[in-house]
Amino acid sequence: MFYREAGEFKTSYRADQQTFPIGLDKLGFYTSLLIAFVVIPLTMSEYWAQAVFLPFLIFGIAAIGLNILTGYCGQVSLGSGGFMAVGAYACYKLMTAFPDMNILICVLLSGGVTAFVGLIFGLPSLRIKGFYLAVATLAAQFFLVWLFNKVGWFYNYSASGQITAPERTLFGYVITGAKAETLPIYFVCLGLLVFLAVIARNLTRGAMGRKWMAIRDMDIAAEIIGVNPLMAKLTAFAISSFYVGISGALLFALYLGAVEVGEAFSIQKSFLILFMIIIGGLGSIFGSLVGAAFMIAMPVILKNLLVTSLGWPGDIAAHLEFMIVGLMIIVFLILEPHGLAMLWRIIKEKLRIWPFSH
Amino acid sequence: MPAEFYYGVEVFLNGLMAGVMYSLVALGFVLIFKASGIFNYAQGIMALFAALTLVGFQEGQIPFSHLINAIFGTELHHFGWHMPAFFAILAALVIMIIFAWLVEKLILQHLVNQEPIILFMATIGLAYFMEGFGDLMWGSNVKKLDIGIPQGGNFWIEESTAFLGGPDFYGFYLDTLDIYATFIAAALVIALVIFSQYTKTGRALRAVADDHQAALSVGISLRAIWVIVWAIAGFVALVAGIMWGAKSGVQFSLSLIALKALPVLMLGGFTSIPGAIIGGLIIGVGEKMFEFLIGAPLLGGATENWFAYMVALVFLVFRPQGLFGEKIIERV
Amino acid sequence: MKLRNALIAAFTGVCVATPVLADLVFPALTYRTGAYAVSGIPQADGYSDYFTMLNERDGGIGGEPIKVVECETQYNTEKGVECYEKTKGLGALVYQPMSTGITYQLIPKASADGIPIHSMGYGRTSAANGKVFPYVFNYPANYWNGASAVVNHILELNGGNIKGKKIALVYHNSGYGKEPIRTLEELSAKHGFDLTLLPVDHPGQEQKSQWLQIRRERPDYVTMWGWGVMNQVAIQEAANIRYPMENFIGIWWSGSENDVIPAGDAADGYKALALHAPGMDFPLFDDMKKHVYDKGMAAGAGDQIGTILYNRGMFQAILAAEAVKVAQKMSGKADITAAEMRVGMENLKVDQAMFSNLGLPNFAPNLSVSCDNHGGAGLVAVQQWDAKAKTWSLVSDFKPTDMDVINKLITEDSSAYAKENNITPKCL
Repeated sequence: MFYREAGEFKTSYRADQQTFPIGLDKLGFYTSLLIAFVVIPLTMSEYWAQAVFLPFLIFGIAAIGLNILTGYCGQVSLGSGGFMAVGAYACYKLMTAFPDMNILICVLLSGGVTAFVGLIFGLPSLRIKGFYLAVATLAAQFFLVWLFNKVGWFYNYSASGQITAPERTLFGYVITGAKAETLPIYFVCLGLLVFLAVIARNLTRGAMGRKWMAIRDMDIAAEIIGVNPLMAKLTAFAISSFYVGISGALLFALYLGAVEVGEAFSIQKSFLILFMIIIGGLGSIFGSLVGAAFMIAMPVILKNLLVTSLGWPGDIAAHLEFMIVGLMIIVFLILEPHGLAMLWRIIKEKLRIWPFSH
Repeated sequence: MPAEFYYGVEVFLNGLMAGVMYSLVALGFVLIFKASGIFNYAQGIMALFAALTLVGFQEGQIPFSHLINAIFGTELHHFGWHMPAFFAILAALVIMIIFAWLVEKLILQHLVNQEPIILFMATIGLAYFMEGFGDLMWGSNVKKLDIGIPQGGNFWIEESTAFLGGPDFYGFYLDTLDIYATFIAAALVIALVIFSQYTKTGRALRAVADDHQAALSVGISLRAIWVIVWAIAGFVALVAGIMWGAKSGVQFSLSLIALKALPVLMLGGFTSIPGAIIGGLIIGVGEKMFEFLIGAPLLGGATENWFAYMVALVFLVFRPQGLFGEKIIERV
Repeated sequence: MKLRNALIAAFTGVCVATPVLADLVFPALTYRTGAYAVSGIPQADGYSDYFTMLNERDGGIGGEPIKVVECETQYNTEKGVECYEKTKGLGALVYQPMSTGITYQLIPKASADGIPIHSMGYGRTSAANGKVFPYVFNYPANYWNGASAVVNHILELNGGNIKGKKIALVYHNSGYGKEPIRTLEELSAKHGFDLTLLPVDHPGQEQKSQWLQIRRERPDYVTMWGWGVMNQVAIQEAANIRYPMENFIGIWWSGSENDVIPAGDAADGYKALALHAPGMDFPLFDDMKKHVYDKGMAAGAGDQIGTILYNRGMFQAILAAEAVKVAQKMSGKADITAAEMRVGMENLKVDQAMFSNLGLPNFAPNLSVSCDNHGGAGLVAVQQWDAKAKTWSLVSDFKPTDMDVINKLITEDSSAYAKENNITPKCL
């Protein structure tokens, strides 16, 4: 009753093929854009922006990237942290080598560099499958972190191996470095996220996405009906790494400002991004974002609840935080193994037939 | 240069020992994967939790004392007794069995027939939970684990081999703890083999590993088997926790040993116990020798972490199912 | 107790954590969980216990009550940023990030917000140049002082000539561990010793390769930049290969009780650098006992008092409290702001009379901070572990370090930073 799919009449192929063919979906999409671009910037406080919204936007991009690879193409990767590091260091090198280059171009180019690195580490996926591949991608994770830690050229031979983002402006607003303001950063990240999400959405429902999904569902069968597994897997790796690299560049340049590779891009990051897409739902762009929101906001909310509101000692709260996050992951998997996106689909179904049960 | 050569041998031997330690962790993964197809990410945390429990019992620590103190304003820390190592190990084992039962009851039972990645995620959730729970129960400060295994270089070996390589050679260095670990690991593997070959439960275990449905149809209780497997994995985790804990004290980083076991698993195959042992030895020797010959002199050191994975990766490209893994047969 | 009250408060629906803005607010970014909790707990306890004591004994500083806001970072930089954003609005006077990584993150943020950072014995070393980093302080000594102090100690043991000696650096393979390398290389060129670098990856559970290499190459001295579990394992491995412990010298972050006790008797003779005196032989601890411990107000489990890292946390609190006093005197009011706190820190002078007044005679060396020099005098002592008595004791005075070499490096690094970030060096 509340959610109607019927009664939508399309008179052209164009109208029938659009991203959101259902009016209500479109409405929902534009409403959330309105909230993201207008309502949140007007109402958010500095703390919530820094603690939740910015990381959410940045990790949202990474989650979409990993979901392209894992959710759509079926290749489990635990190397996202390493690929984020590639994005961050590429961005740093570009920023310091070409001080006049626009920061957005730097970020996009870093994505390109990461795509290339991802391509190389994606090659073994043609032979290795399943968990073996997941563990094999850890080789990328550990090797890349070691490389950035070891080779002085990557961090311009600074004493401690830290990289620090120099100051850059976009349309007159400072968005990196010491004097960066939160709101412009928010808009840059949000703009990139929306842009990349729309592209991802359209990629996945096009010919390329269909090839990926065919590979995911059964690669041998896909090969027999004419999908080239080499092309499909490698494009998935490259595009996924492009997204992850952009996310890494943003995390370094816009959010953290200074980064140490072993700490900021450790294996924990790889796991975090994987959690996001599994909690959110594999094979769903919407799910990636919901999962990212959940994994970023949950610990912060718990911490605020336990420490700020209830006044518990920080360490006990931190232990409980771990327990609660762990429990919620398990409970979610038991209740809905296909993630929050599936939950949303079920809700839509319920809304459609309400007040009847069938 | 003879001294160099003997040092190479020394590094090789130490690599073997390190490999045994990796195998100990990898064994737990293999047991669970074989019996239930679950890639149990929580294995490392289980080792930490088992070791924490063991030390807690030994020292007579009051569980959750920190939480209790915070809520009730008391000053509780210890019961005031010290449990002998043997009983403490038994008590820790009991806890691990209860843990296995709870895992089956509360998690696995509800996730039967799910995809492997979902089960894997569930164990990550479990790992998160245990990380917080273990710290909350026993506190997050470092604890010394001492169950009477001597530690330190073995001087007898050192002195009796010193003549080999001339004045620049000081004899083979082998850690006594590692030697013990090797024997314990050997005993553990033999016990596991005997258990799985000659006992009824062991045969049931192997039946389940071969084919879940066929095992169910001849009347084997899958759930009972899972509890048993998780309990055994808990026991293996306890042994690994003791060995690693004795080296470095029991604290959070102990759980990260799981990361050392992953390349071993890739190399040996997720389903093979001999694979875990041999994979461990190859990784141990490989990474130590690489660090000795190339890593430290040419690349600036600290190469061990990624090298292990690289070896496994290159290896897998040629043999995608690992050394001893079951052959992958794909049909459309 | 706090928890019980809080529970009651929560049940009655009262939010208890509303900050009183008039207080002197000291955020404490602690890590009581995670891989480095071992080292984080005692520091956090010491830091907050001292302020509790001041509140209980003196009613705060200059009559103004103190509020310590603890925020758990788990030694994680993103959590550190979250904590910073969470606490900066409460009127935070000074940040002690207690982690080199988080310090790097906060330097641009805090400088923009005008809140000083005090990274005592860690963080960005070149922040000692107050003209480039007006809001960052790292007195009384930094890593490069530490590197020089190690070499000076070795020089002293060898009558001033260490040409051809071999020194190995075992370091945590991170920004923190890499800090001393440049300085040691400069010093190696100056004094003619050979330097071997041995990185150990996080978390440092496995160090067999490194120690086998040390056993093969037999360096005359080993120095260590370690943290967390890496320290314990390194000391244990050194004992295993029977490396002479008195030739093994750690940085001040590798010299706490937690690091040496697991190795037992074998750790006897191990040395570490010290920024302050160890132990509890000071009248101040009577006050701490009386006003904090006997009242059951100790932070954490309350079992860390008197350990090295507890004293370090306390020392941080003491220096912060003294800076507040300077700031109060200079601004003429008790309720100071972060900007006034910065001025107070920049004009901080600490001498032995002050330490005696505090009940800590000879606890730490004299210190004076100025705009040019945010790093203090760089006086460092050496302490040694006695495994029988289970105590650390100082085996040298607080001695000066090779400022010629260090100042050159500081100028170099800070001017590179200034250039990258378009900062014109000047005093505020």
